[in-house]
Amino acid sequence: MAVVPMQRINICALKKDRKQILEALQRKGVIEICDVMKEGKVFHKDDVSDTASQLTKNIQTGQKALQVLDEYAPEKKPFLAFLNGRQEVTIEEYDLFRKIHPSASRIVKRLVTLDKMIQSDRAEITKNKLLLEAMEPWVSLDVPMDFEGTSSTSAFIGMLPNVWTEEKLVETMAEYGPVEAQIISVIGEQTCVFLLGLKKHKDKIFDLLRMNGFARPMNVSSESPAKQIESLRTEIQRLEDEIAKSIEEIEELAKNREMIQFFVDYETTREEKYEVINRLLQSEHTFVLTGYIPVTEIDTLKAFLEENFDVDIQLKDPSPKADVPVLLKNNSFARPLEGITEGFSSPNKEEIDPTSIMSVFYYMMFGLMFSDAGYGLLMVVVCGLILLKFKKMEDSWKKNITMFFYCGVATMFWGIMFSSYFGDVVDVVSTTFFGKTVSIPPLWFAPTSEPMRMLVFSMALGVVHLMTGLIMKFIQCVRNGKLMDGIYDAIFWFVLIISCVFVLMSSSMFMNIVGLTFILPSAVGNVASIIALISAVGIIVMSGRESKNKGKRIMKGMYNLYGITGYLSDVLSYSRLLALGLATGVIGTVINKMGSMAGSGVVKVIAFIIIFCVGHLLNFAINALGAYVHTNRLQYVEFFGKFYDGGGRKYMPFSTKTKYYKIKEN
Amino acid sequence: MDNLGIVLAITGAAVAALAAGCGSAVGVGIGGEAASGVISEDPSQFGKVLILQLLPGTQGIYGLLIAFITLTQIGVLGGDPNISTAKGAMYLAACLPMAIVGLFSAIKQGRTSVACIGLVAKRPDQFGKAMILPAMVETYAILALLVSILSIVGIGGMSI
Repeated sequence: MAVVPMQRINICALKKDRKQILEALQRKGVIEICDVMKEGKVFHKDDVSDTASQLTKNIQTGQKALQVLDEYAPEKKPFLAFLNGRQEVTIEEYDLFRKIHPSASRIVKRLVTLDKMIQSDRAEITKNKLLLEAMEPWVSLDVPMDFEGTSSTSAFIGMLPNVWTEEKLVETMAEYGPVEAQIISVIGEQTCVFLLGLKKHKDKIFDLLRMNGFARPMNVSSESPAKQIESLRTEIQRLEDEIAKSIEEIEELAKNREMIQFFVDYETTREEKYEVINRLLQSEHTFVLTGYIPVTEIDTLKAFLEENFDVDIQLKDPSPKADVPVLLKNNSFARPLEGITEGFSSPNKEEIDPTSIMSVFYYMMFGLMFSDAGYGLLMVVVCGLILLKFKKMEDSWKKNITMFFYCGVATMFWGIMFSSYFGDVVDVVSTTFFGKTVSIPPLWFAPTSEPMRMLVFSMALGVVHLMTGLIMKFIQCVRNGKLMDGIYDAIFWFVLIISCVFVLMSSSMFMNIVGLTFILPSAVGNVASIIALISAVGIIVMSGRESKNKGKRIMKGMYNLYGITGYLSDVLSYSRLLALGLATGVIGTVINKMGSMAGSGVVKVIAFIIIFCVGHLLNFAINALGAYVHTNRLQYVEFFGKFYDGGGRKYMPFSTKTKYYKIKEN
Repeated sequence: MDNLGIVLAITGAAVAALAAGCGSAVGVGIGGEAASGVISEDPSQFGKVLILQLLPGTQGIYGLLIAFITLTQIGVLGGDPNISTAKGAMYLAACLPMAIVGLFSAIKQGRTSVACIGLVAKRPDQFGKAMILPAMVETYAILALLVSILSIVGIGGMSI
């Protein structure tokens, strides 16, 4: 129900048992290692960071190999498979892996190499295809591209801008004739030409060609274009074959997927262990391990270690200054919300775990904002089925789904209270299809017809929520031996707010606005105003008590009293309970109405069913998101704002942080 | 013009759905741009950034809600669509908080979402906090929604 107390544990043992002890501790996952002791003459730290970084590298290659497998030989996973949790293996199986480790490592490396080969082959293919594209216009040229002419002639092979014909070319070159011109091909606005002239006019012809924009092609080779194209094509074919072969080999290796996953897990576990070894203090024959352990785990661990090894275990309470990690433990009703608390921040040393108190409000407020019996039932059924079917689910998933299960129950409860069943589907269906209006009356009242009443209820709930926050603050102060602080900072405010509520309730104007029929007698109002005044004075005098200067203290107190406007806006903030609740209900009604408007006869029924399903799914999604976010907000901002700062460090034990397999403790 | 009342009231309903919807479209749009950038780097963050992207979408829903309540109240969706000019003007006024606050808060909330998507990209573990920051902006849209709903329901009962 709270923060689990921690103890400092020192374990001193023989070095020969180091591996077994560390592996046992890692599997049990109950100690958070910390290094507080300094190195001395006898004890010093071993540097194994080389091994650790080798392991990190192995993990990365292993993950890369799995990625390669996923790319070329994807695994077909059944729907919702992620809820199955990790597969369990025994310690024996785990230890046996050491024997297959080398072959797994080989396969991993081979996969990564194959991937690299495929990549480079693909790059090569792209390059060759570009070359091929450049060569294709020259395919009908029957001399090599670097042909320069015979003993008395000069050849010019290249491209001219614009479209040229042989006659035009000969005509242009007439001055330096005779020339032989050949148009190889015309591509777009480029003409590939072959021109043969007399060697003595070589420079002149070249100059003239240059003036017309002549350019020699790149990559001239001594083979004829047709041959070159041929060899490029063969090369591309060869590369493609090679890729196909590589992929085939990857697919063949895909049967080792589980082995590779195990490899990654195995190396991850070892990496974690080596990180711890790095922090151990070791002498020649012994080592010392220090850490934090939850008191609930001490006895089992101590018994286990003392039975199996020669160890010396010392336990002591952590010093008040120590940065003790925080582990939350709650009953099964509040446990799913631990994540919500930790999402804000773990409690610091002076705070109590707010999860269990919060849980009541959390589920209730979620239900109020979602408030539809149909949606609630949907949540309960879906989450319930998942919880039943996937027993071995990972803890974080289990927490979330259980949370939504309880939220669904609350949603159903408020839906029945307010008579909302998929909006007003009962009324609409009975009216549209059976011609007779049947409606389920609300157990309490319908917020759509009495929004003011719902608003008052929301704000009243808000006041209760805020006051609970103040009480939590008081309890916290008392626990830390600061009774007076608790009275000044929590009780004064508590009394002030409550008496203000009484004053309001005795004023007929206010009661008229909110539409409540009863009015407290004015005597109650008068007494309440006096009490409110006293507590306000108390706040002015006491809340600035850390200031020595009297004037400053009073000024500070008055400023703090101004904080009452904060309470006003806090209470108003709970109006979102009404707004979001109405949003769910009214949009549901809109959907039903739209569904009932289309077509007639059988078409009408089909249209209604389609619109009903799609519309309500949408409404469900958007409003579930809204309810979740705003419930969190009310807890984080309004509730936690009153007493909770957080800032504690979450407990991170030395454990096996595997991804695919879970090692089962015998 | 005899029917000025109904014209004004429908204008109100339309403006609420229109402005708030536009705001949400802009907000969700910029959120989506940022979210797709994050997903290109780390596809596993899809669930988280999707929620952050959707946060500014609620204003559009609120606008729709107001429009729908107004339409039901004035009898456009079945009933007698005959209301006085004064009442029509009041409906128009009642729709304005949601329309205007919805428009601006959705855009600003979208920008907060973008910033928080960036936050989640760097620190995925801080999702809880990243979700709350855009929700703070939405408070004002909710307050506007409240005023609009209460006014519209209240106007229905008046005999002017």
